[in-house]
Amino acid sequence: MVLEGLLAILSVKNLIYVALATAGGLAIGALPGLTATMGVALLVPLTFTMGPISGLAVLGAIYMSAIYGGCFSAILINTPGTPGSIATAFDGYPMAKKGEGDKAIFAATYASMIGGLLSLVALFFLSPPLARVALKFGPPEYFWLAIFGMTVISSLGEGSVIKTFLSGGIGLVLSCIGVTRMGGELRFGFGWHELQGGIELVAALIGLFCIPEALNFMGMSGSSIYDVAFVKKKKGVWFSYIREFWGTRVTLIRSTLIGIIIGILPGAGGTIANVVAYNDAKTYSKKKGFGKGIMDGVVAPESANNATVGGGLIPTLTLGVPGTPVDAIILGALMLHSLQPGPQLFQKSGVVVYSFMWALVISTLMMGVIGLSIGVATYRAVSKVPTRYLAPTIIFLSIIGSYALRNSMADVWMMLALGLIGYGFRMLGMSTSAAVLGLVLGQICEEGLVQASILSQASSFYRVFFLRPISALLILLSILTLFWPVIASLLAKRRSRKEDHERAKG
Amino acid sequence: MGRLSKKRMVVLLVVGALGVMGLNSAFAASYPERPITYMIAFSPGGESDVTARLQQRYLEEDLKVKFLITYKTGGGGSVCWAELVRSKPDGYTIAGVNEPHTILQPLQRTDTGYKTEDLTRIACFQYTPSILIVRKDSPFKTLQDMVEFAKKNPGVVTIGGTGTWASTHFAYLLFEKAAGIKLTYIPYAGSGATKPAILGGHVSAIVGHPTHAVELGDQIRVLAVCAEERSKALPNVPTFKELGYPGVVEGSYRGVAAPPGTPKEIVERLASAFKKINFNPEFQKKMTEMGFDLLWWGPDEYNAEIKKRTEYYKKLLSDFGFKK
Repeated sequence: MVLEGLLAILSVKNLIYVALATAGGLAIGALPGLTATMGVALLVPLTFTMGPISGLAVLGAIYMSAIYGGCFSAILINTPGTPGSIATAFDGYPMAKKGEGDKAIFAATYASMIGGLLSLVALFFLSPPLARVALKFGPPEYFWLAIFGMTVISSLGEGSVIKTFLSGGIGLVLSCIGVTRMGGELRFGFGWHELQGGIELVAALIGLFCIPEALNFMGMSGSSIYDVAFVKKKKGVWFSYIREFWGTRVTLIRSTLIGIIIGILPGAGGTIANVVAYNDAKTYSKKKGFGKGIMDGVVAPESANNATVGGGLIPTLTLGVPGTPVDAIILGALMLHSLQPGPQLFQKSGVVVYSFMWALVISTLMMGVIGLSIGVATYRAVSKVPTRYLAPTIIFLSIIGSYALRNSMADVWMMLALGLIGYGFRMLGMSTSAAVLGLVLGQICEEGLVQASILSQASSFYRVFFLRPISALLILLSILTLFWPVIASLLAKRRSRKEDHERAKG
Repeated sequence: MGRLSKKRMVVLLVVGALGVMGLNSAFAASYPERPITYMIAFSPGGESDVTARLQQRYLEEDLKVKFLITYKTGGGGSVCWAELVRSKPDGYTIAGVNEPHTILQPLQRTDTGYKTEDLTRIACFQYTPSILIVRKDSPFKTLQDMVEFAKKNPGVVTIGGTGTWASTHFAYLLFEKAAGIKLTYIPYAGSGATKPAILGGHVSAIVGHPTHAVELGDQIRVLAVCAEERSKALPNVPTFKELGYPGVVEGSYRGVAAPPGTPKEIVERLASAFKKINFNPEFQKKMTEMGFDLLWWGPDEYNAEIKKRTEYYKKLLSDFGFKK
């Protein structure tokens, strides 16, 4: 059945579809304002006319390449194209400014490709056991996961930790706006019925990142947004890139694993994965220079976010429980074609499912080729565009993108309001990524806390919150992340005292 | 020329006037002539979305215009319905509506942005009764097992549902009352979130719909259905009434509505289009396969049901102690 699926996808017609979808998905991901979720949702009706195999292949290709495409705008103009590439900008943009944009794109492309492929390997071979792990996450685990996510916030800012946590806190408060999904009450509505749904994550992302960046560009004099002009490099430089990429392999594998695991968890996706992976790489890698433009800083988030694609499909296909928001749409598409997800899916419709998985593999491989050429060409183009054209273009795209989410002007106003707030953050030296992470984590944290509290009424507080293995692990990770700087400096002091001792003796 | 041309002009004027009048009535009868927007209150991939997409094909064939499905998510549907009542009542904007959501939300808060009576209801076409689901390896093989266990261990049995003071919560409250037991209710953010909750064993049972039973297959067991009669999608599952707990009737209904003030002819036209779909055997088969039960309430019947149920839920909310 696995081979039949492969043969089904290897027709000329399907391969062309996958190639076009890969390129289209790249563009969707790269444009700030358009996201993978939107792209996949828009194209679901197309799958009717194409038939399930071709249709699902197109959806899968767009999904994988859109998540990758987000790195382009993150690296080139410091605004993530999708929420999954927030952390890519931290090191990607400094690299572009230094004239190393093509290196950043190279790293992002192959990190995405390898992360995606490895997660698909997990999907092919390890689905059943991994899906069972996903099920072990209940309300207490989600609460502690959100707490862990918030400790990660501390690594996102440059400089004052207090300012970073303040920004994260503002994000948490913003997440409270709207009708609570569990209780049905409206908070912070201010009498505007449009606010009942709360703040749309993508509108917030566009507002907090794109607008301040565009305003920043407007303040720049000069003809290019980069400090160092793009210089066409010699052929041999690619080998040095490959060598440097090989040097990031530890970060690459670790981040991929983080992406797969977070992808498997229903409800958590690339947004959380890329930031957690970046933090993990920054904290535990021996390399220095995170935030100033090193390759590891691009490899970590990009491999993690593409790894959530395969990871998220594991519970989706085996249990019928979507791992990421895009998986919910894919589930809907499967149901429309009478493909019931769950244990019977592989038995009843194995060929279609395996052809879908193979299509993802092919699209990921194509990404590696198409993405690199388009990416470098785009870098070349953007480095020549004067800032006075770039800024209005970004603002224009931002308005279109935030309107396209729900056909709602309210989202546009929210985006602009958050844009001004984001610019204010910039002026004050506060991190906008912390606010976005707070916005994402707030709901998960609160729902986990409330549900776990009620559960503890039926059982016991300690048993529910602390005496569960996964919760305990997450608590440990949170403590480690919070206190690692202190622990690391204590260890360093002991090491240097030891060395002094040795020197004094000898 | 002269006198003849004057006569000709009069004839021309009269014919022209008659023609314009004819054209006028032709315009009135020519609805629809541009694409119609079908707003969905919940996320893509969900049950409302899947239902609408299945209907989309038939609607486009029947009414000969494109149906644009747009998503207006948020507030449990209230963002979409608040937008609907502010749209132009020209028949080019309709929205999927869910009951009892559009009844309960305005009863529970004043800031929903719409009132239950504001929606011009076109038709109600789908029904999913609430069902009680446990895992296949649960110690509760029948409903009676759960009731007996709960009598001896009040509050220990945890039941997951969607939201608070919403349909599944009421099913839970009615069951508690009818059986005279004390359970613990855990609200989840959406029906999607209840699936991993039951599969992972984080709750003893969930209140779901037959669609979930179909999706989860033999990983679960359905103990009972909250309906007057057995569900066609789950013919082997007894109702709460059969098992000795009358009055435990609850479920979700899906329909479509238009902005207030939409002309009657347009409502009738749309209703007839949806009716045709509902009685199409291909559509019926697909819906039952997925776990949906079909029913048909035209505009008048739908409005009468809404009035009846508004009174019912007002009483229920006060009986169970809901405070605004």
